[in-house]
Amino acid sequence: MNRRSRYSAFPYLLWMSVFIIVPLILILVFAFTTTVKFDNTGNRLTNDQAAELIADWEASGKAGDFPVKEKFYFTFDNIIQVGNYSSTLINSVILASIATVICLFLGYPFAYMVSRMRVSRQKIMIMFIMLPMWMNFLLRTYAWMTLLEKNGWINRFLELFGIGPFEMINTQGAVVLGMIYNFLPYMILPLYSVMTKIDDHTIEAAYDLGANRVKALTKVILPLSMPGIASGITMVFVPAVSTFIISKLLGGGTNMLIGDLIELQFLGNTYNPHLGSAISLVLLVFVLLCISVTNQLDSDKTEGVLL
Amino acid sequence: MKKLPSRVYYIFLFGFLYIPIFVLIANSFNASKSRNVWTGFTFDWYVKLFNDADIMSALANTIIIALIASTVATVLGTAAAIGIFNMKNTARTVIMNATYLPIINPEIVTGVSLMLLFVFLKINLGFLTLILSHITFCLPYVILCVLPKLRQMDIHLYEAAMDLGCNRRQAFRKVVIPEITTGIITGFLMSLTYSIDDFVISYFTSGPTSQTLPITIFSMTRRKVSPKLNALSAIIFVIVLAVLLVMNVREIKASKKNKNRR
Amino acid sequence: MKKNRIFALLSAVLFVLLSFTGCGQSYVPAEWEIPYSDSVDWKKFADAGITLNVYNWGEYIAIADGEEESFDTIAEFEALTGISVNYTNFSSNEEMYAKLKSGGTSYDIIIPSDYMISRMINEGMLQQLNFDNIPNFQNIQEDLKNPGYDSTGSYSVPYMWGTVGIIYNKTKVDEPAEKIASWDILWNEKYAGNILMFSNSRDAFAIALMKLGYSFNTTDEKEIREAFDALKEQKPLVQAYVMDEIYDKMGGGEAAVAPYYAGDAIVMMRDNPDLEFVVPKEGTNRFVDAMCIPVGAANKEAAELFINFMCEDLVGLKNCEYIGYATPNVNVMNLLDDEIKNNPIIYPDKEVLDNSDYFVALPAEITLLIDNLWTELMSSANGVDIWLLPILVGVAIVVSALLIFIRTKKKARNNY
Repeated sequence: MNRRSRYSAFPYLLWMSVFIIVPLILILVFAFTTTVKFDNTGNRLTNDQAAELIADWEASGKAGDFPVKEKFYFTFDNIIQVGNYSSTLINSVILASIATVICLFLGYPFAYMVSRMRVSRQKIMIMFIMLPMWMNFLLRTYAWMTLLEKNGWINRFLELFGIGPFEMINTQGAVVLGMIYNFLPYMILPLYSVMTKIDDHTIEAAYDLGANRVKALTKVILPLSMPGIASGITMVFVPAVSTFIISKLLGGGTNMLIGDLIELQFLGNTYNPHLGSAISLVLLVFVLLCISVTNQLDSDKTEGVLL
Repeated sequence: MKKLPSRVYYIFLFGFLYIPIFVLIANSFNASKSRNVWTGFTFDWYVKLFNDADIMSALANTIIIALIASTVATVLGTAAAIGIFNMKNTARTVIMNATYLPIINPEIVTGVSLMLLFVFLKINLGFLTLILSHITFCLPYVILCVLPKLRQMDIHLYEAAMDLGCNRRQAFRKVVIPEITTGIITGFLMSLTYSIDDFVISYFTSGPTSQTLPITIFSMTRRKVSPKLNALSAIIFVIVLAVLLVMNVREIKASKKNKNRR
Repeated sequence: MKKNRIFALLSAVLFVLLSFTGCGQSYVPAEWEIPYSDSVDWKKFADAGITLNVYNWGEYIAIADGEEESFDTIAEFEALTGISVNYTNFSSNEEMYAKLKSGGTSYDIIIPSDYMISRMINEGMLQQLNFDNIPNFQNIQEDLKNPGYDSTGSYSVPYMWGTVGIIYNKTKVDEPAEKIASWDILWNEKYAGNILMFSNSRDAFAIALMKLGYSFNTTDEKEIREAFDALKEQKPLVQAYVMDEIYDKMGGGEAAVAPYYAGDAIVMMRDNPDLEFVVPKEGTNRFVDAMCIPVGAANKEAAELFINFMCEDLVGLKNCEYIGYATPNVNVMNLLDDEIKNNPIIYPDKEVLDNSDYFVALPAEITLLIDNLWTELMSSANGVDIWLLPILVGVAIVVSALLIFIRTKKKARNNY
């Protein structure tokens, strides 16, 4: 191991610059440009003029070059247009935040209790948390449809007791449920891996020094598990805020999320990669900002608890 | 009495995680095509599953792509980890930050950006683009698995090997590689998992010739999901359960042995 | 080295699984009642190792659904010609357009609808067909040989046609017949949460325009904005925006009423006898879906062979029976059972047809307007302030900066 072996990272660096950096630059370029059509002499065309030119060209038996050229023009229009979809981004952020908070409250006690178990039982518990992740997430989400539908299993079950039926599918609640279901393991795993490192003696010492259970939690366990909370929040919030399929399956497409909006621009009903890139860019910036906030939780123990 | 609340909590949590899976598996034995009506018990869907050319070829594509992508990612990533480990501090920090980028980047942004790249480079979306993009999102995980093992390694061992007459290559093979093997394998397994399960990035970078299982499932969820897919997920569930159980039993046995020895 | 064993185990499992994938049964064509025309050299490309990429609507072709003696169009074609086919689906014209336009894929055959064909011709996205390779084109009914959407008749071969109407669940909709037969029912608050709506812009806007009494081919911005307002008003009542998901939702009794294509309605009614179909009195959209070859297709001649195959009597008949749409093929029409031939849902009487119209390609500006309005509708942008987003991002920046500031200050303090 010496200085020379650092060259072995070069293929990776090359790879990452081609497949991560260049694509992000492309997003940036698309976000700030629009496609403008020109004829072969350099005159700007409207879409309909272009169509006419193409029709003439086809009619003439394709004589000469294809008559319409496309060029990218710099513009702020796309970014400004993203503002129109603020409500979608806000809606996504709200739903994803709710899902993240619920995941945290649902997963935290579990991670703690498991981390205090015998090692062999810990392994089994964690295995059962990870097991659902191996099943295809679309099928699992689809299974929730079966459960939540009007004629679904839950409503049928409740019907036996004369309750219901409830409207569960195609609501915002169902979307949040889908997010929690799909991303809960991503919360539990980092929490657990941090908590196993908390020594039992540390907690006992807190009790010996007169701390009650609440104090022991807030003064010892919580601060020590902060890095786990930070990465758990990141790992749940980022995929939840950018998901584009859960809202379609469980939300009925009536409440679009930002991910759906991006998909719509690229492969959906309204093709506009420039606008799609602009939305992606805004999403990316927003997510990076959120992460820089949660990162503060990580190494800072006192201020971080407030957030 | 203290145990009761925690027991309720466990039941609730595991119930939440497993009820949908139970629904999937139960429906794979349902004779009715409709997922809400139970008309009888059948194994038909399992037979039909293996006769369904679309699902089977998607499964084959998924496995082949996962194997190729995670192998390449493991090789490239391990080499990269060794390189990064030997770098100066500043360079290392910069590169590690860049390595985190694809992990924290929302999947959909990675997906559309890769799609733009492939279109820009005029590469037809298909097998190749899927493998390239899978390698790309697997690489960071490999590095993050291997790098800690390098840090844990005692560098003096390597030097000792050199002192004892190994040349660089031998010392590397006999000392460094065994030390980081567990990291490499974990990285490979993680890549495999992510690659098999990936939907979002594949959705944007796959073409008509390379439908992977998640893509096929997606196009089915937009129409009628065939119970054949329930059968497939039941099979996958049993296999994964078996593998994980074997793994755990072995580990527990091994750790017990170690304890006894002590 | 325990992990090594697990690793070996897992790889073994994967390889076993992989070997299973190879054992899919190969399709054995049955002896069908009608032979393939022998004037065509079907085996022309048998040894060329060609693969065709076919891009079609979902649920729009006869497939073997595991029943005995079921006709599988793609497998039949592969067995007959030795050409292999990659068959993939889209769920709306616009989605197909986006996939083609975004590049990176080359399809050999696509099956869009009329207005989309015009638009693609206008944008130079389609190739002219060589009709010498499609002798079965002569069987297409006369009025569709030179249709409005493809005025030279040189880009497309009609596959199926149909009308749009309202499909409803008898047990859930309690209205006099003439009230159901109106687009207004989709705005009826009595069925809030039980209404499904098209999740593609053109069909959704067309319904709103028809409800308002306008032409769905309007280029008047004011009318389109009115339709948009109507759709917005409808949104709270809508359970879900769907395309082929409708099979699941109407079939399972999840919703009461939805607009959809007549052919699919027939298929749904086969599975769920509570369903009924009606064409609204305000008139409706009549459509033709036709097979085209996009620019960039790798195997044009083989693609033309496929198109010819789809126009074979047997294939047309089987597809017609399976998907429930109306055929433009005269020979197939003659072969159909009287029951299907006389079904007024599939082949509506003259009165309905006279009261219907085709979509035409709209000018690019209008298409763009509809696209933008559609995104706005879907994104639930209910008059939200345009500044909310920048404010949100700004707040995030400030919080982040503040935290970093506090942290560095604290670090500095700790250093002393």
